[in-house]
Amino acid sequence: MTFIAKPKIAHPSLPRNPLGMTRRDYEGALSTLCAGCGHDSITAAIVEACWGLAIEPQNLVKLSGIGCSSKTTAYFVSGAHGFNSVHGRMPSIAMGANAANRNLYYIGVSGDGDTLSIGLGQFCHAIRRNLNMLYIIENNGVYGLTKGQFSASADVGSKAKKGETNFQPPIDPVLLALTLGATFVARSFSGDKEQLVPLIQAGLKHKGFALIDVLSPCVTFNDHEGSTKSYAYTREHYEPATHTDFVPMQREITAEYAPGEALPVVMHDGSRIVLRKLDADYDPTNRAACAAIIQERLKEEEYLTGLLYLGAGQPEFHELNGTPEAALNAVSYENLSPGAAGMQKILARYR
Amino acid sequence: MSGPDCAKINDFVIKIATVNGTGSASANMLLMKAIFRSGIPVMGKNYFPSNIQGLPTWYEIRVTERGYVARSGRVDIMVAMNAETYSRDMREVAPGGYLVYDSTWPRPALLKREDITTIGVPLAKLCNENFNGVRTRILMKNICYAGVLVALLDLDLQHLRDLLAATYAKKPQLVASNMKAIELGYECAKATYSCPLPVRVEKMSKTEGYIMIDGNTAAALGCVFAGATVAAWYPITPSTSLMDAFKAFCDRSRTDADGRKNFAFIQAEDELAAIGMVIGASWNGARSFTATSGPGISLMNEFLGLAYYAEVPAVVFDIQRVGPSTGMPTRTQQGDIMACAYASHGDTRQVCLYPANAEECFHMAVQAFDLAERLQTPVLVLSDLDIGMNDWMCREFKWDDAYRPDRGKMLDKEQVEKLEKFYRFLDKDGDGITYRTLPGVTPKAAYFTRGSGHTQYGLYTEDSADYQLVLDRLLVKWATAKKLVPHAIIDAAAHSDMAIVSVGSCDGAIHEAMDLLRAQDIGLDYMRVRGFPFGEDVERFLAAHGVIFVVEQNRDAQLRALLTLETQVDKAKLQSLLHYDGLPISSSFIVEGVLAHLQRGTKSRSASAI
Repeated sequence: MTFIAKPKIAHPSLPRNPLGMTRRDYEGALSTLCAGCGHDSITAAIVEACWGLAIEPQNLVKLSGIGCSSKTTAYFVSGAHGFNSVHGRMPSIAMGANAANRNLYYIGVSGDGDTLSIGLGQFCHAIRRNLNMLYIIENNGVYGLTKGQFSASADVGSKAKKGETNFQPPIDPVLLALTLGATFVARSFSGDKEQLVPLIQAGLKHKGFALIDVLSPCVTFNDHEGSTKSYAYTREHYEPATHTDFVPMQREITAEYAPGEALPVVMHDGSRIVLRKLDADYDPTNRAACAAIIQERLKEEEYLTGLLYLGAGQPEFHELNGTPEAALNAVSYENLSPGAAGMQKILARYR
Repeated sequence: MSGPDCAKINDFVIKIATVNGTGSASANMLLMKAIFRSGIPVMGKNYFPSNIQGLPTWYEIRVTERGYVARSGRVDIMVAMNAETYSRDMREVAPGGYLVYDSTWPRPALLKREDITTIGVPLAKLCNENFNGVRTRILMKNICYAGVLVALLDLDLQHLRDLLAATYAKKPQLVASNMKAIELGYECAKATYSCPLPVRVEKMSKTEGYIMIDGNTAAALGCVFAGATVAAWYPITPSTSLMDAFKAFCDRSRTDADGRKNFAFIQAEDELAAIGMVIGASWNGARSFTATSGPGISLMNEFLGLAYYAEVPAVVFDIQRVGPSTGMPTRTQQGDIMACAYASHGDTRQVCLYPANAEECFHMAVQAFDLAERLQTPVLVLSDLDIGMNDWMCREFKWDDAYRPDRGKMLDKEQVEKLEKFYRFLDKDGDGITYRTLPGVTPKAAYFTRGSGHTQYGLYTEDSADYQLVLDRLLVKWATAKKLVPHAIIDAAAHSDMAIVSVGSCDGAIHEAMDLLRAQDIGLDYMRVRGFPFGEDVERFLAAHGVIFVVEQNRDAQLRALLTLETQVDKAKLQSLLHYDGLPISSSFIVEGVLAHLQRGTKSRSASAI
């Protein structure tokens, strides 16, 4: 029902960001997902995050593949260009778009089917290229639009709505991203907006590939007893390992953090992430240790959440490619063509 | 056998049989360039294996004063450097021809022919005595045969010196060693045989204003001049050299003083990703392209359908090779005509361009970007291995500095702000082409791109009428495309009821075949299609001729099929001449095909008279 326009009436008392925009200005078309779908909460978190960062809507690019999750790019920031591409291939569209203009924010929204089955290859290679984008997986362990088949993130022993049990081991995007060298790896839960919003903000500001795997229960096909991706199960089994505060550069840092407890990380534009460990054993800057603990906890049926790994210093795609600071799509033609004189020089080699 | 009767000046074929990976490519290139620099038109074709080292490979140099660009089908001089293929190579020499071989080792007495002249030169022995190291000796042995041919054909040694100096400008010691190998062969041939042979070259001045270039390099150059900035690809023979050339040109001409590169070069994980990147980049306002071959086209199908329906420009070079499936990756064919025309599921038709030679590869590459942006749709350029990887003599490319890319209907911030509201898929001009915007401009320019059903206002829809409105508008755009793609090249000078219709790299062989047939008083008109959708010119030519030979290089008569589907032509008029053995089509194949048809016609006419 997205062709029904949402009324755009902003009450004068609504809070405005530094651009003078209200949260309503960051909304999109009306969602057509099932009532109570976790994905809609993530959409709301994205709206909140973009409003909070005061991103100019036209400077955001929304990309997705196919599936319930991929539909949601239409449901936020209607002032941004969106591209709902083909199943599992959003990373390549994002790569091309980013190559053409490195100076925009790229947010990709995908699902567990779109990312971990049909799109696993492109997901992995986007990480390898350190494509500068925020990649959100709305992970519900199930194929919704085709009515309830297991996805590649379904846990062993998890039961489908029709009673079938899954025996194939899941692919965990967080562990995979750590293995492939991702520099920003997070997990969250659609029901925890407080945790999710700063993660999205930090992910958008992170230079390089930022992954947030968001457990996002499917109310229609995967919210029953026996499912390990239901609201009830997720609430019981998720465990924040870190707490993330995102501090935009406009705001002064007022809170005091005791040394050892907090890890302030300055982003390239001067904004900061302040990470606080909630789990004493957890070091979010040690890739190997993170992977080990996450894996261990998964065996105990516990999802560690928060910003699970933050690495620095890895060059993103354009830094490796050596492209100029200006967008490639804005380089004037005079600087691209060797011209008639250049042609003569080139042809000398072929005489 | 030699004598004035057998004299062949500037009109003969040399075939060189070697082993892959032994450096023979440089020797062959030296020879060909030396002939070219002597002012004589020349053609080179490489028949190589899908292998890095060890399998047999052949190179054919046709010296042709008339400037023919196709295979002739005969061999006057065979340089038989590969013992493994020696007997078969010897059989191929035309009576009265010559066979040059390495006489370091004796050849079996069985392999003798009385009707050809055998020229033995102890190449390996010469190189073993003069060079050190196994690898060097193997490489120099091949350079050495070039020296033998310089003597036999009466080529100018100075051309080789110049060519080597240019090739190894940064490694002068290689110039000396290569030149030594050439001189060894040269002196030995001079001392042993009466040089030059009756088959030889004589200086002309027919190559002024011409270059020798392969189609892939030419296409890459076109991409540079078109202003392409994002190149994404997955390696596949025979398209890879196009991307290599683009990168090499850009490394030289697109790098700023501070080392910044005004291009992005992305090796994708597969062809699906490659075309995805091209679509993403084009959507975001960069000129972007990929190069691939048949298997890649198969993989790109889903994305090509998205780009068609979501109206995103994209440029794809398909350097066709032998199919089906993996086929013969280093042999040539025109087997992707149908696969490209209808790439993807649903009602999808793609704009295609069909270059016939390296020169057209250059110009059509530029045109492909202009068309893709003007029509907001993928444009597929169908070259092939013969065009792409062989060196073609063609006119020097002329570049007009007045050229500016046609970005098509793209609205900037100011233009959008003037509108009451921007609608991405609304046909305001009646030509089926709507206006687009880029991200990063203004929120008012934002729209949503999707491969799912959408209205002309850019909204998701499952409403039949709204869906159909957009789909029908794409047909209006298709009609516009007919007027914009390159027109057919038509030669109706024969005023004949009979004609040849063809496409792409068959062109050279057809021109020669028409000369040969004309010599037998058989005049034919000729049309070469250069773009799809077919325009009115194609329709008129087909209607105006009673017997039409459709010449193409595939088994299933794909061009003929496309003509019957997309024009009004009466199927019965179209006679196929199909060449699909993987080697480039020769003029003799066409001549024989036409003559056989005419004889059949004569027979049936005389039969009905009785």
